[in-house]
Amino acid sequence: MSEKITREEVRHVATLARLELMEAEESRMTRHLNQVLAYMEKLNELDTSDVPATTHAIELKNVFRPDEVIPSLDRAKALNNAPQSDGASFVVPKVI
Amino acid sequence: MTYEPVIGLEVHAQLLTRSKIFCGCSTTFGASPNSHTCPVCLGMPGVLPVLNRSVVEYSLRMALATHCRIAPYSQFARKNYFYPDLPKGYQISQYELPLARDGWVEIRTEAGIKKIRIHRIHMEEDAGKLVHDEYQPVSYVDFNRTGVPLIEIVSEPDIASPEEAATYLRTLREILRYLEICDGNMEEGSLRCDANISLRPTGAKFLGVKTELKNMNSFKNVQKALEFEIRRQSALLERGEPVVQETRLWDANRNITVSMRGKEEAHDYRYFPDPDLVPIEIDADWIQTVRSSLPELPDAKRNRFMDQYGLSSSDADVLTSSRSLADYFEAVVRAFPQPKTAANWIMSELMRELKKDDCEVEDCPVSPDNLVELLSLLDSGTVSGKMAKGVFEEMYATGKTASTIVAEKGLKQVKDAGTIESLVEEVLSENTVEVTQYRAGKEKLMGFFVGQVMKKSKGKANPQMVNEILRKKLRG
Repeated sequence: MSEKITREEVRHVATLARLELMEAEESRMTRHLNQVLAYMEKLNELDTSDVPATTHAIELKNVFRPDEVIPSLDRAKALNNAPQSDGASFVVPKVI
Repeated sequence: MTYEPVIGLEVHAQLLTRSKIFCGCSTTFGASPNSHTCPVCLGMPGVLPVLNRSVVEYSLRMALATHCRIAPYSQFARKNYFYPDLPKGYQISQYELPLARDGWVEIRTEAGIKKIRIHRIHMEEDAGKLVHDEYQPVSYVDFNRTGVPLIEIVSEPDIASPEEAATYLRTLREILRYLEICDGNMEEGSLRCDANISLRPTGAKFLGVKTELKNMNSFKNVQKALEFEIRRQSALLERGEPVVQETRLWDANRNITVSMRGKEEAHDYRYFPDPDLVPIEIDADWIQTVRSSLPELPDAKRNRFMDQYGLSSSDADVLTSSRSLADYFEAVVRAFPQPKTAANWIMSELMRELKKDDCEVEDCPVSPDNLVELLSLLDSGTVSGKMAKGVFEEMYATGKTASTIVAEKGLKQVKDAGTIESLVEEVLSENTVEVTQYRAGKEKLMGFFVGQVMKKSKGKANPQMVNEILRKKLRG
């Protein structure tokens, strides 16, 4: 099986996703992702030259809501899942 | 070697909708932290964003006002990156299929009118706001701004100097404000600008390596940051060192740009179509409806003001700098058809007072009708020019009408020949020495006599009549 995804790419994607992988995990993920892609390759066997590119399976379009304000969430509820808060804001490790 | 800059701007404009782009939370600025949030804009699992129709309409207005081609089919995409101001881990934006492409605006430069092409305009959601603690290693996240609608207006690299960049930005702001879709407040962040800039040998056709500048929250800073970056990049090139493609932040305190050092380096946003939002199809009817609702735009209005009212181009510039100021002028001229007088009063007296109070013309305590009344009193000679200015200040301060103030203060100009004659005679009999000198040929004493008479009348005598009567009496 030819490698579609290199170990280097797995590391890159892991960095973007803020994941820290052990060496064994890197190997396993590389293998898994290549298997997934090999399976997706099957789709290329279909002739899709007459099928326009599409982003949705259902033919819905132009779904809008009117520009109206509705009540927001109670702040205490909004902050309920915050790892840390001061009662008004979500508090996170300092980022600049 | 001499270098020329090649500049393109990415301008973000917050749209003035009442509610957010994908949920019903309010967009009001300045609310207490996290009081305008809901499961949708907080990015909770299982929620479904639904597009605010006004966002599309407002965006279409800008796209049409800047001569863009509207995409018959457009789509939202997810831009993936991690930052605490982004609760979902992605920003909903547009990528491959933006709302509009290939437009242009005209800017006025010293060398004449120049066309700046617009690459694309797309819709997206704003991110939240971070406040960094000065003493502790923490940041505070406020998601009120998350999901406020934005349009991003991306220019082609047609801008050739920092001044042109500032002019282009001002032109966009003027159009946005005329369209009433953005308040254009750079300090509050409702209009933001990033710049891409590279240098190349003057006259060359290729493009140099560019840097992206951020954090310039005023017209002045945009210009200063670009000027600095031109100096920085040309110094590098002179020394034969490469310009590194990177994002740099403008530091307004130190007047320099600083590298963000790879923090956002990997522009690996892994865009993909947002499966939660269905495509937008815009047909000719919809475009036509929006087009026919567009107001007269700044350039057209400026030209009409010159043609119709005979104003100079600089006066027309000032009076069309905002739609409400132009409306004010036209309301005055409709009832007082002396455009030049009206223009002068608005540009000097009115705008001076507004500027003093940092007040917009919409909130001006002197209504167009009230200004018309004052100008009519002036025109009929009921008040002198000097008095009129005092009356105007009083009108501005108290909101009273011109005639009320004139009556209250007894400011009516004295035009009765008998009254003026007796004042003149008093002055002449009190200043016999000067009268003799005048009659002996010292004619510049005329000013002295006029001054004395005006003083006696408390400034209310009609100056022309005072002059005439004085001359007659002095001839003796």
